[in-house]
Amino acid sequence: MFGVLMITLLLTISLVGSNMDTILKQGVIYQVRAEITENTTIAQGFNNPEEFEKFVQQKIDERIETLGLDTPWYSPQRLGYTMYKILILDFGNATFLTSDSGSSNVGEIIFEKMPKTILLFTTATIIISIIGIVLGAASSNKIGSKTDRITSTFAVISSSFPVWWIGMLMIFVFAFVYQIFPARATPSIEPDDPGYILALLYHMALPVITIVLIGFGAWAYLVRNFMVGIMQEDFISAKKTIGISRKKIVYSHALRNAAPPIVTILALSLSGSLGGAIITEAVFDWPGMGRLYFEAISVMDLPVIIGSTYILTVLFLVSIFIADLLYGYFDPRVRTSS
Amino acid sequence: MSSVSTQEIKTEFLKSKLGLTGIFILSGLILVSIITISVIPASTFQEWNNPEKWISYPKTSVPSWVNFISADKIPEHKILEPEIFQSQDNGIFLTSQQFGVFFDYDDFPSDFIIEMKTKYSDSHLVQIKVIRPDGIILELLSTSLPYSNSDTIHNQRYFSTDSMIKKNLNMYKNDFQFDFLSGTTEIIFSELNKNEIQKGNYIFVIDTYGTKEPIEVLDSKLVLGGKAYGLMGTDELRRDLAIGLLWGTPLSLFIGISVSIGSVVVGLVYGVYSGYRGKKTDEVMMRFNDVIYALPALPFLIILAVTISNSIFLMIGFLMIFSWVGIAKVSRSMSLQIKTRQYIEAAKIMGQKDSKIIFRHILPQLLPYAFASIAISVPAAITTEAGLSFLGLGDPSFPTWGQILHDANTYGAAAQGFWWWIVPPGILIAITGLAFVFIGNALDAIVNPKLKR
Repeated sequence: MFGVLMITLLLTISLVGSNMDTILKQGVIYQVRAEITENTTIAQGFNNPEEFEKFVQQKIDERIETLGLDTPWYSPQRLGYTMYKILILDFGNATFLTSDSGSSNVGEIIFEKMPKTILLFTTATIIISIIGIVLGAASSNKIGSKTDRITSTFAVISSSFPVWWIGMLMIFVFAFVYQIFPARATPSIEPDDPGYILALLYHMALPVITIVLIGFGAWAYLVRNFMVGIMQEDFISAKKTIGISRKKIVYSHALRNAAPPIVTILALSLSGSLGGAIITEAVFDWPGMGRLYFEAISVMDLPVIIGSTYILTVLFLVSIFIADLLYGYFDPRVRTSS
Repeated sequence: MSSVSTQEIKTEFLKSKLGLTGIFILSGLILVSIITISVIPASTFQEWNNPEKWISYPKTSVPSWVNFISADKIPEHKILEPEIFQSQDNGIFLTSQQFGVFFDYDDFPSDFIIEMKTKYSDSHLVQIKVIRPDGIILELLSTSLPYSNSDTIHNQRYFSTDSMIKKNLNMYKNDFQFDFLSGTTEIIFSELNKNEIQKGNYIFVIDTYGTKEPIEVLDSKLVLGGKAYGLMGTDELRRDLAIGLLWGTPLSLFIGISVSIGSVVVGLVYGVYSGYRGKKTDEVMMRFNDVIYALPALPFLIILAVTISNSIFLMIGFLMIFSWVGIAKVSRSMSLQIKTRQYIEAAKIMGQKDSKIIFRHILPQLLPYAFASIAISVPAAITTEAGLSFLGLGDPSFPTWGQILHDANTYGAAAQGFWWWIVPPGILIAITGLAFVFIGNALDAIVNPKLKR
């Protein structure tokens, strides 16, 4: 797993590395020139412009060397240094973006945005999974019934709409035609205001509704399919013959047996939604990781891009790991076999 | 894994209503694509981002079919062609271009532009007037074409916002019983006693008088600015959305199908080979698979699009990188099962090559699964590409549905209520996705009969 993380990092750095170098070098040139022009006495010491130009160039070269920018980004020592710094969560400073409190430290920016993404998507995923499990169980109870059919159809239809498009429609309908919810999901009050949390929740409503609307159908369908598989098992038939009521079988015995795959997928979909958050957050203007990522890419703020890719990958891997652990916990057969 | 023959799949598939619906939608989309490619000139999509081309189109106008539904008739954007009459009288050559329009909408046209491309020599007088349904003739403009010694081709535009037109209209002030505060079109198309639409036939006449020879009209049109245009309306940049949406169809089908076929083929071969070889090779190949699986796809796609290129063909390649992984896993476990069957062992003992065993004996067994997964993975490819385009990372030389939505979002279409700009692209994305989901589900139900019960 650690290896995967390192490979991800390497890939990210190699993709953005050359761009980063050019940008950094330009920054240095600009900085050096600014310093020299500010200090008029230096300029007076030269007879002709060529000599002055030479001096400036020399200064720039010196600065580039001290910063270690003379070796290319793929040289082992620079690569190693960058990786090491990222490993200890030191992402350096952002080039353009700042956090709400004004800091340009990438770590601080990310950790300011992350709770909001987690808040939004965890809430949505929990709602989705509750609705999905209940509906899925209900429709697996009576296969071919009205509930089952509606759920399946809804699952198929809803999963082929892009979330962000539904988001646009929702904004159009509920923020402009009927002005129930705000269009932008960023609260306008300052974060230290006591009403901030309420405002945040109110602004969160529309994105959550959208994500739930798109997501729960597929979930219900998934749960239903697991349940259908389990309902055909021998032990369920045995329970039926004993005379345990069907409802009890479905909601306690079968559902418990369907738990391992469901929980695994829950953990995976949580982390998966973090990646998908980029577009959703861009639509709703939700001040989370996704929007940060999008903004960082549109202005090519490389430290932020690298940092957030790293954090996203870490989150993804951690959730895969947790999913594995949970699977083992719910399904003891896996533990003994490995 | 159940082995189903191709014939069985065909008969089973024809029984499935869902699958047939999918095929039906898909063939409709393919038909639209073929018509688009063969009928609409390719220059329309090449100039999609060229504002020059769209200048005579209206800005953010609703689709014209809205008039069938709504109570108020919204003035349609009209591009009129003239009827040209030429005559000669006492040595004066008269060329008269007449644009007739039946106007029965409930709102004034926003403006009009006369575009005229003519060939002439010497000097010519131009008179523009309009004949209203009530018989009143309004002289709008008297001007002349620039003098020239030899034959020249001259482009001329007359705008309704011209101050001369306004001045000339002021001479009719006494005929109208309201104050002239509004624009010229709101006077020309108005009743006399109150400032309301007068419905009926209007004729715009452009007369040119020359003393030596008549002018030759090469191209001329009257653009009557309205708020409704075409099948799908227009966007903020005056582009005809119908054309964008039509071109989006073959593009998204192309993207979806090529990504899914590519990734399924790669995943299948990779997985089968890995499962067949087993041991160390399997271990190494599956670890590599795990690595790709653990990469967050969308962030990486974005980085790739930003740093390398956003060309549509490279994008297809990038999408493939992230979509073959799951298929490789499944086909590996399938090939592990098939590997143990006796005929494979027999083939091995007979001394057949590995590659031959894989391609002749194992892969054909997986074909039904492959078709199902091709169909199922198309929608994901289409929505991912649309998502990337929506973020503004699409290929700017092709109008895709995602890009139309991106523009809509940039110009705040939702906030301004331009529903015709938002709804159709999304519905098209969804319909295309649905077609493949239907086909895929129908195939899946045949390949994995367990789900049917």
